[in-house]
Amino acid sequence: MKKLAILGAMTAAGLSAGVASAATLDDVKARGKLNCGVTTGLVGFAAPNANGEWEGFDVGVCRAVAAAVLGDPTAVEFVPTTGKTRFTALASGEIDLLARNTTWTFSRDVDLGFEFVGINYYDGQGFMVPKDLGVSSAKELDGATVCIQTGTTTELNLADFFRANNISYEPVPIETNAEAQPLYLEGACDVYTTDASGLAATRAAFENPGDHVILPEIISKEPLGPLVRHGDNQWGDIARWTLNALIAAEELGVTSANVAELAAAPGNNPEINRLLGTEGTLGAMLGLENDWAVKAIMAGGNYGELFEKNIGENTPIGLARGLNALWTEGGLLYTPPFR
Amino acid sequence: MSTISDPPAGSFQLSMLINDTRYRSYTFQFVALILLIMAFAYLGHNLLANLRAAGLNISYNFLGEPAGYDINQTLIPYTSQSTHWQASMVGVLNTLLVAFLGCIMATIIGVFVGVMRLSDNWLVRQLMSIYVEIFRNVPVLIWILIIMAIFIAVLPQPRDFRGDDATASMVLGMFAFTGRGFYTPAPVFGPGSSVVIATFLASLVGIFAFKRYAKKALYDRGQLIPTLWPSIAIFFIPTILVFFIMGRPITLDYPALQGFNFQGGIFMRNSLIALWFALSIYTAAFIAENVRAGILAVSKGQTEAAASLGLRPGRIMNLVILPQALRVIIPPLISQYLNLTKNSSLAIAVGYMDLTGTLGGITLNQTGRAIEAIFLLMLFYLAISLAISAIMNVYNNAVKLKER
Repeated sequence: MKKLAILGAMTAAGLSAGVASAATLDDVKARGKLNCGVTTGLVGFAAPNANGEWEGFDVGVCRAVAAAVLGDPTAVEFVPTTGKTRFTALASGEIDLLARNTTWTFSRDVDLGFEFVGINYYDGQGFMVPKDLGVSSAKELDGATVCIQTGTTTELNLADFFRANNISYEPVPIETNAEAQPLYLEGACDVYTTDASGLAATRAAFENPGDHVILPEIISKEPLGPLVRHGDNQWGDIARWTLNALIAAEELGVTSANVAELAAAPGNNPEINRLLGTEGTLGAMLGLENDWAVKAIMAGGNYGELFEKNIGENTPIGLARGLNALWTEGGLLYTPPFR
Repeated sequence: MSTISDPPAGSFQLSMLINDTRYRSYTFQFVALILLIMAFAYLGHNLLANLRAAGLNISYNFLGEPAGYDINQTLIPYTSQSTHWQASMVGVLNTLLVAFLGCIMATIIGVFVGVMRLSDNWLVRQLMSIYVEIFRNVPVLIWILIIMAIFIAVLPQPRDFRGDDATASMVLGMFAFTGRGFYTPAPVFGPGSSVVIATFLASLVGIFAFKRYAKKALYDRGQLIPTLWPSIAIFFIPTILVFFIMGRPITLDYPALQGFNFQGGIFMRNSLIALWFALSIYTAAFIAENVRAGILAVSKGQTEAAASLGLRPGRIMNLVILPQALRVIIPPLISQYLNLTKNSSLAIAVGYMDLTGTLGGITLNQTGRAIEAIFLLMLFYLAISLAISAIMNVYNNAVKLKER
């Protein structure tokens, strides 16, 4: 395989190396590190902080999986990917897990050969415009110049939306969020469109966030979630149930503050006991330690903690829970039972 | 003696494949060929096996499916409902457009700078050296990004043209230079305009014929006929006359600010201009060196001989030096044209939807057919490059030294 890389003739799409190995769990353990694909930088979801450490909501998923598998939330190699490179990176085995606000669609799941392990953020595509443009609805955008990130579902939604409303626009394709910001701020585009959460995160990074408004229209369903390659069900299960464990922990009131105490001895809630491994052998069924979920929750807290810390209402991004609240609180988050 | 080094035929033995110098090279070439084929077969097999293991296959069916995305600059009709194949074609034409414009501008700048580098004026010479050294030693991607950034930051945006306190205004009421691109008036062809166009084409042929006549007169009789002013006259006068005789059938559609953008007229996007300009000035630095090399390759004796015949410096350059220098300049110039065309694949950096942006970018991404798309992309670039080579080789054959 190494020789192949040197010859490099057919590695154009990077598919020729690495796919053959099915047991991702063994690879990750042998490597001692989880290779996790994230964005090239979207504040709140995945971006390096002032110390160069990656942090954010998607980063939290990576750290939780690393903690569950390796026992160490810092044993993650973050691989920044663009909208264009992310699928090739995952398909080629360069990364083990892609946690990069990626929309779960039929063709990506079925045709591209990936497996979405769940949804960690229910999103939809929105539009951001400067306030002084005086636009209050996306339907008033006839003839506008629109900046879009290329290689994303937003491109297709945008074409559909403008076609359905029979209005014209001028698309300006942009490679990354960072490149789009100066174009939008300098006025080379009238509108910037991407997932509403991404807009909020982008706006938070502006000098004067108040000068920009996010239009009320949400023109698509964008269920964002982490994904893995098809064909390694054990690895897929680990990622899926780590995410579920974070959601279940919030539902059951297990937080990073009290998880150590709860995991010390079996309590009187059997579901918590099973989740934290003080009862039953759920961890062993996954091929992990029995306290896998404890480590995952300790890494960054449960789903609610991750949300509040990175993108919640008290952060500059200021997103409300909305659809992303627990089902018991009117949201869509609902995890299958741990038994 | 010849019988010793040339043994009689028919006594061929297998060992001669190794021991006999006449056959040994064939043996080695054959073995090398077999190894090469096996290596590629192994790579191909490996690719297919891995694709199968990943549950994927090679299929070009996606080319017939609707693309679903919009492209800003389309030279052929295209909507989001067109197929991926049509999207690829839009990309091919955009690549060809910027390559064509880039080659012309690079040649003009390159020849100018190359000649100026040999100027007797010290300042001009140094300025041109600085230009060449700066532009060819910084990666072209950086130039593309710098020019785009300057473009967007310096020029006003359409919103600056709006309202009573507009900070920008249109030039002559016809041209708008904005950070999003240049808007110029577009011709509108009314009835009877075909006569005007036909006259214009005929006068182009006329200029060509006149130049040939002048050249023939010079070569046959040594008679110098001035060509510049008559050419300009032939270019303008008949067309303008017919234009008014036919009752001004061609009108101009002026761009005007409507809503978010200027509407009407011809729109040259900032991405096209930035890419075109960056590729041109970058490649021109290389072409300038080729031109300088070509001119220096013509021996000084030629200049002196021509001067002793009484030719003026301008004529020495046009009639004696350049025809000979072209023989040296053209072959490396072909390489520069190919480089420029291939460098245009950096277009996505400024959002210009060339072949790499459509087929190798959005189509690849939306369909996930990476191998198929990249393979097709390679074929397209190969075809474009070979076509450019072929055209330029025809020209090279026309100017190269003909030995009789």
